[in-house]
Amino acid sequence: MGPWPATLARVPYWVYQDPGVLSDEQRRIFEGPVWNFLCLEMEIPGKGDWRATHMGAMPVVVARDTDGGIRAFENRCAHRGALICIEDSGNVERAFHCVYHAWRYDLKGNLIGVAFRDGVNGKGGMGKSFRMEEHGPRKLRTATACGLVFGTLSPDTPPLEEYLGEEILGRMKRVLKKPVRILGKFTQALPNNWKLYIENVKDTYHASLLHTFFATFRITRLSQGGGVIVTGSGAHHVSATKAPTAAKDAAFSKEAVPTNKEGSYRLADASLLENVDEFGDGIQLQILSVFPGFVLQQIHNCLAVRQVLPKGVEATELNWTYIGFEDDTPELRRMRMRQANLVGPAGFVSMEDGAVGGFVQRATATAPDAQSIVEMGGELAESQDTRATEASVRGFWKAWRACMGV
Amino acid sequence: MDRLSRIATLNADYARCIDDDRLEEWPGFFLEHCLYKITTADNVAKGYEAGLVYADSRAMLQDRVSALRQANIYERQRYRHIVGLPAVGEGEATETPFLVVRIMRDGKMDLFATGRYLDKIVEEGKSLKFAERVVVCDSSRFDTLLAIPL
Repeated sequence: MGPWPATLARVPYWVYQDPGVLSDEQRRIFEGPVWNFLCLEMEIPGKGDWRATHMGAMPVVVARDTDGGIRAFENRCAHRGALICIEDSGNVERAFHCVYHAWRYDLKGNLIGVAFRDGVNGKGGMGKSFRMEEHGPRKLRTATACGLVFGTLSPDTPPLEEYLGEEILGRMKRVLKKPVRILGKFTQALPNNWKLYIENVKDTYHASLLHTFFATFRITRLSQGGGVIVTGSGAHHVSATKAPTAAKDAAFSKEAVPTNKEGSYRLADASLLENVDEFGDGIQLQILSVFPGFVLQQIHNCLAVRQVLPKGVEATELNWTYIGFEDDTPELRRMRMRQANLVGPAGFVSMEDGAVGGFVQRATATAPDAQSIVEMGGELAESQDTRATEASVRGFWKAWRACMGV
Repeated sequence: MDRLSRIATLNADYARCIDDDRLEEWPGFFLEHCLYKITTADNVAKGYEAGLVYADSRAMLQDRVSALRQANIYERQRYRHIVGLPAVGEGEATETPFLVVRIMRDGKMDLFATGRYLDKIVEEGKSLKFAERVVVCDSSRFDTLLAIPL
């Protein structure tokens, strides 16, 4: 790892390029003292239901135990290291069977059976000293909040509620206030380091400068009310935008940004922009992130959770789950589906976020020691009542540096 | 022309329209009140209704095109559609397999999407139009972004 600047307001580009950093991140962050988002609780409703997921690069199985509890363990057989589960999800009565040599695991991830342990006719078999309880995949601690399942490998991770803090939990509860229903799932493969995407999520400054749809249709502009919450450790953030008020918006117009096409760009079918204030507080956009790789999104009535997984130094998987609520009226569900045109791989907004990370990755390829400037709104990582700031991006680096010990 | 030939011709015209970058003509293949949705086999199997693209009017398709022309930031790219023979059933329902290669501005070519079109095709005047075109992609994974329609 190269030298690190004294300020949070500069980030060297080698951090997105170095394979050593990626392996350190796996060990120190994803397998470290953080809560990783694993899945939605409603995806494993019944006993024996399981789902395969990841914690960074580590394959993980999440399962509903016979006592109703949620267990998670590494998806790696203790025997020869094969995947225990090769499907995305399923249900097992009592035990998982590794496909390779049929070793068995209970829903907690305990090794409970070795095929032909005693050999055949007294020949072969496992040595007498072999103890099943001494072997098994690594087990995670799990915890849930608002129907979201999180997991951690580290004994040092504080309880989930403490990790999130009251402000984040409050904003999470604001959206996830009742039982959810999945509307769709898509994966966007990003051609860049995972941190470039996380920075983009936390970057409240870019939203109306990159995205014409945000600026032109006043979904979120820097000049609209709202602000950004950054937690003390810097790890998590919430940005919020209030519905526009004034008919004129001189503060935004005078910057003459190319994304502001108000008056010149119109939709032929504006039903995409129809929305209801379902949370009753006038906040029409809220983006919430939990360190290291979870995002909860509310853009109008378009709700989604996003899981960010590194797949290599220059490859990231962004797993989108579009959600609504169980009790949505058909009209509201249709509204969410129309608004979903804003997000995901083909989103009028999100397609641009899918591309910009790659632009940075390519442009900085030969400039590892140069530094990006993250100085809007100062050098600290604190909550601010404006979004013309990069405070939450600095917050990410504060938390990242604490985990990485730099 | 028999119905199979007419539908094959419609598909050929549709693919050429997109691949020739005549996107402004693309909404014209649909009825005014229509459904165009891009989804995946996995979402269909699980009964998830949302799409990557979800348009329930021809005007929303026009908005897709105007956004690509005027609003969205993405790298210049083209598609080459290879469309298979339609399986024409009784009534309006038709299913046609497709394969799309994406050619980026720097010449990089990738097999970008494969799948099937689940169509409801109806007569409007003397021509055939899509009342419904649900694009079911075989994979749930999309590289970088999906800008141009499938």
